[in-house]
Amino acid sequence: MEERIIIAGFGGQGVMAMGQLITYSGMIEGKKVSWLPSYGPEMRGGTANCNVIISTEPVGSPVVVEASTAIVLNKPSLDKFESAVVPGGKLFINSSLIDRKSTRDDIDVYYVPATEIANELGNPRVANMVMLGAYLEVSNTVEVESILEAFGKVFGESKAHLLPLNKEALEKGMETVKQVQTDTV
Amino acid sequence: MAIAFEKTRGLTDIPTHYCPGCTHGIIHRLVAESMEELGVLDKAIGVAPVGCSVLAYKYFNCDMHEAAHGRAPAVATGIKRVHPDNFVFTYQGDGDLASIGTAEIVHAAHRGEKISTIFVNNAIYGMTGGQMAPTTLVGQKATTAPYGRDEALAGKPIRMSEMLATIDGAKFVERVTVTTPAHIRKAKKAIKECFKVQIEGKGFGIVEVLSTCPTNWGLTPVEALRWLEKNMIPYYPLGNFKKPEEGK
Amino acid sequence: MAKVLMKGNEAVGAAAIEAGCRFFFGYPITPQNEIPEYMSRELPKVGGMFVQAESEIAAINMVYGAAGAGARVMTSSSSPGISLKQEGISYLAGAELPCVIVNMMRGGPGLGGIQPSQTDYFQATRGGGNGDYRVLVLAPSDVQELVDLVIEGFDLADEYRNPVMILGDGMIGQMMEPVEFKEREKRELPPKDWATTGTNGKRKPNIINSLYLNAEDLEKHNTYLQNKYNKMREKEVRVESYNVEDADVVISAYGTTARIAKTAISKLEKEGYKVGLIRPISLFPYPYDEFNKIKDDCKGVLTVEMNTGQMLDDVRIALNGRVPTYFYGRTGGMVPTPEEIVNKVKEIYGGAK
Repeated sequence: MEERIIIAGFGGQGVMAMGQLITYSGMIEGKKVSWLPSYGPEMRGGTANCNVIISTEPVGSPVVVEASTAIVLNKPSLDKFESAVVPGGKLFINSSLIDRKSTRDDIDVYYVPATEIANELGNPRVANMVMLGAYLEVSNTVEVESILEAFGKVFGESKAHLLPLNKEALEKGMETVKQVQTDTV
Repeated sequence: MAIAFEKTRGLTDIPTHYCPGCTHGIIHRLVAESMEELGVLDKAIGVAPVGCSVLAYKYFNCDMHEAAHGRAPAVATGIKRVHPDNFVFTYQGDGDLASIGTAEIVHAAHRGEKISTIFVNNAIYGMTGGQMAPTTLVGQKATTAPYGRDEALAGKPIRMSEMLATIDGAKFVERVTVTTPAHIRKAKKAIKECFKVQIEGKGFGIVEVLSTCPTNWGLTPVEALRWLEKNMIPYYPLGNFKKPEEGK
Repeated sequence: MAKVLMKGNEAVGAAAIEAGCRFFFGYPITPQNEIPEYMSRELPKVGGMFVQAESEIAAINMVYGAAGAGARVMTSSSSPGISLKQEGISYLAGAELPCVIVNMMRGGPGLGGIQPSQTDYFQATRGGGNGDYRVLVLAPSDVQELVDLVIEGFDLADEYRNPVMILGDGMIGQMMEPVEFKEREKRELPPKDWATTGTNGKRKPNIINSLYLNAEDLEKHNTYLQNKYNKMREKEVRVESYNVEDADVVISAYGTTARIAKTAISKLEKEGYKVGLIRPISLFPYPYDEFNKIKDDCKGVLTVEMNTGQMLDDVRIALNGRVPTYFYGRTGGMVPTPEEIVNKVKEIYGGAK
């Protein structure tokens, strides 16, 4: 098994943290993992992305060129990474901020109104967790329990009080994707 | 018979390589005597520069580093951070400190490194053969200023003590010379005061010593001393620019 | 100890502290900023000292001071900053001072870019500064190896009284992988009786110096240094190799490029190609002998680097014309893909397996 993921969005949307949560969870579950961020001169507002690999074999190149999954949180990221998904792969789109549909017909596409759901939960910053929930529900790459365990490692003790909200967002994402899945695929 | 004078233990017995009439020898002695008298010689770690005093590590009777050109204050920073209870000093010329090493001296002072710097200013690059230094006086001839320093081309000489005195981390700044016995006594007093600033943990200290270079100035040793007094002191006024207030 | 997920740059800091490094002098430059940030945060907690220098030149000279004073000390930078440090590295080598220098390489020349590269191979392995000297150069391929080599690097530096360079790149610095800090054997190291600590009136002054004005003395010093480098060549060669004897094509790559090559090799193997790998871990000393294992009728050795062919010179020295050499490289921060390497290997095969 090798899952090769690209996660992309605006800086500040939490795409790096999402990637780290999946990576940490993979490590907890004894898999071989790597996380590679894009890094550029812009500190905020630009596009950010990270590459995550979860594998049963040692990770070779940590660069994801051919992704088994892409999770995109804004439109520039969809434009950039839509073509990177291998045929039969999965594409998760934050439909709250992306007004177009995917043009690919050889992959599974999931439209998740993550920002709207996060707003309903009272904090737009957990949109990433909604997307992550949707991804986990569909892919089963790692267990939700591992993600919750990884939360403290990635965000540190000082953010422990945010775990319940993030867990709720994760669950909302999981529920939602079951709906959209039947709607769109 | 009573002993009237003894060579300080702060200097080794190795004869120095300095030219006849050069004042480095006097300044070495003052530094060494000051360390011995203040009781820090045995825990002293010195840093020699590149320039005429490049071999100072052979002459001071304490642990020494030989640094790259201009970098002595950075090297001293590394040493002092490792051994905060030792006495750490740099001994640098004007090409070393006022030209290639300006960043290092300014920032060591700025960080308030608890080190002491002896800055020997003879207004010329001595060892390399009399080239123009940032401290060379306007009109003064040098091998790279054969028509005399031209202000339009090279600017005016840099006054390091005045500049360093503006930095908060610098707690002691004084300019002295060693052209007469009276000046030598004053110079030693300044060096000891400067060293005490480090010993008492107050911060960075520097003593600029106006010095001669009879060889490259093309003068006899005595003429060189008089030339210094007549030409350098008016541009580089002697005196204390900064010292810790009493009790602080 | 349990595994933790760490960014390469932070792992460098953690490994250094684990190795007993208590002094760090640095200057910011992308893509290695997490190293000074980590050290500024963590060193004070263990009684250590972090100083942000005014420049890379000052930083390496602070290292010179601290190393001469007997401390375990480190600095880190990326390519343009490492260029600035070369003066100090030459002095450290000349004065035989132990320290660890980390270079997370980025694209050049000049200001270049901030994306990963391996363009400082020549600079790292041929000395880099003035004079006839070498630093021990170690090139980790993953974050765990980065940790292990940093820790070992401090011991090697002390053992040989020589700077050790960890040659990584922006990718290994920025990526996260699981790392484990394993119990390790304590190495027997020579006492630092040469360090400047103050004589306390009990011994002759110690002098840290690289100046030898007498030509005979300087030649003697150089001969002594060369003997030391020869000892490193005998004892400190580190290499990982895979299927070298049997391979029709051998790939040679180091650092992050090697892991990309591994992905390419497993793809090629699935298609029936016989491809080996020589991954130098120590770039100086270089594992020349490993290339002797390659069979005479090997179709070629493909060197893959993120530059235009630097280690290629060492591969050619090792092979001495015995087997054809090929090169594939990307530059500017472009990272070769496994597919590109696969295609190049197939090209060398010339169609027939």
